[in-house]
Amino acid sequence: MIAIRTEKLTKKYKDKTVVRDLDLSVNEGEMYALLGVNGAGKSTTIKMLSCLIRPTSGDAKLMGNSIIGDSTKVKQIISVSPQETSVAQNLTVKENLEFIAGIFGFDKASAKEKTQQIIARFDMKEIENSRAKNLSGGWQRRLSIAMALISEPKIIFLDEPTLGLDVLARRDLWKQIEKLKGKITIVLTTHYLEEAEALSDSIGIMADGVLKAQGTADELKALAKTDNFEEAFVRIAGDEV
Amino acid sequence: MRTLVFASRNLKEITRDIFTLIFGILFPLVLLVLLSAINSSIPKEATMKLFEIENLVPGIAVFGLSFISLFTATIVSKDRCTSFILRLFTSPLKPSQYIAGYTLPLVPVALLQTIVCYIASFIFGLEWSANILLALVVTIPVSVLFIALGLLCGTIFNDKAVGGVCGALLTNLSAWLSGTWFDLELVGGAFEKAADLLPFVHAVNAGRYALSGEYSLIMSELLWVIGYAFVILVIAVILFNYKMKQDK
Ligand SMILES: Nc1ncnc2c1ncn2[C@@H]1O[C@H](COP(=O)(O)OP(=O)(O)OP(=O)(O)O)[C@@H](O)[C@H]1O
Ligand SMILES: [Mg+2]
Repeated sequence: MIAIRTEKLTKKYKDKTVVRDLDLSVNEGEMYALLGVNGAGKSTTIKMLSCLIRPTSGDAKLMGNSIIGDSTKVKQIISVSPQETSVAQNLTVKENLEFIAGIFGFDKASAKEKTQQIIARFDMKEIENSRAKNLSGGWQRRLSIAMALISEPKIIFLDEPTLGLDVLARRDLWKQIEKLKGKITIVLTTHYLEEAEALSDSIGIMADGVLKAQGTADELKALAKTDNFEEAFVRIAGDEV
Repeated sequence: MRTLVFASRNLKEITRDIFTLIFGILFPLVLLVLLSAINSSIPKEATMKLFEIENLVPGIAVFGLSFISLFTATIVSKDRCTSFILRLFTSPLKPSQYIAGYTLPLVPVALLQTIVCYIASFIFGLEWSANILLALVVTIPVSVLFIALGLLCGTIFNDKAVGGVCGALLTNLSAWLSGTWFDLELVGGAFEKAADLLPFVHAVNAGRYALSGEYSLIMSELLWVIGYAFVILVIAVILFNYKMKQDK
């Protein structure tokens, strides 16, 4: 089944077209990596799909719900970890997680239970009572992602989840993300090409607001006539294909 | 339920800020001490009644509430200017739930602040009477007014500008035009007229009448406050909704 399908999704700021006629599709349970150089329009695409900004034209269906017509339904099944870390500064790790569970409609008891599960999963037991503002950037980042997972979304958008993480934390996070594979649909953006190649089921490459190509890592390499994924990315994003 | 979850987060966020304590509670108390000290050095024959405790407390209480605007504005604009709002906006919270969630937690904070102010006044010679309870009730619409002002400022200004606009401009405006520090009639002219058209002096007067037991005079003063509170709240809600729909 298709989890996400966009139909000529377009975003213009004044005269500048930031995302142009995007037609992408993501299968349910798939991990989809959206790649592209800085300013390619990845975050803008994620913001449109998560109902944060309205497309200028076009539409997208998430599990059959339109981001324009049924945004309330869409919001109930998705969650987002924004590119910038986004946590409530004066709340503790535990309170942040319980807060998100609460606004997604879990009752107190299940919010607490969910929180403990997530804390265990992300190794955050030791810092569960620390205020978010006192955590290091990397731990804030992990909390930010944990907050996106706690609501048990059907589709999760991770905008550069590994940004600012050290090597160990990054590997750790990828392991967590890998565990989610098959259970929920994941759309993520990253600049770490090796990881995208190794882990995603499907990859889309954007440049200047346009989806240049999409497929498995092998298909993209074949398309660019190279067996090096980074080289394939450079060729496709640089319009040499 | 969701509203309460959001409100409780906001309450924590505000009360855990050390500035809340300093400005919200300590600063009004310091003023109370200072002005009472000034009052005790004014000779009785001067018949200067302004700084007598019964006149002073309602003024200080209103002045203290102007910091509630600052707290409201700070949290609203901080949320707006960081990506935290992105997270909230992709959650199933509705606009009305945002507004309620920002407004509700500040009402008890405002009441607490006023109660502390009145309790402290006992030290400076305020005598207990049931009228004090009435004065506390009068505080409720006044706090809604200041919360609404805070919502409005937080919606319009970014988190840096908010400190200046609410922290400096609004607190001064509400102080100078409230008749707490000097008798507005003595200044007269356009200044008095302007003060009369704004809600601050009416908020203070309502408190004074409540305290002195001149019940029949309270409502006409309070209507100014309620009217302003209502209008500003409506404008704040409309603007907030508008900004929510606008592209980030
Ligand atoms: N509110 C806005 N107004 C005008 N232009 C904008 C706005 N938001 C984004 N843009 C422009 O849209 C383009 C795409 O931005 P976007 O954030 O989607 O890129 P990205 O692919 O996520 O890049 P990065 O890898 O750096 O995160 C950029 O050129 C950016 O300047
Ligand atoms: Mg981006």
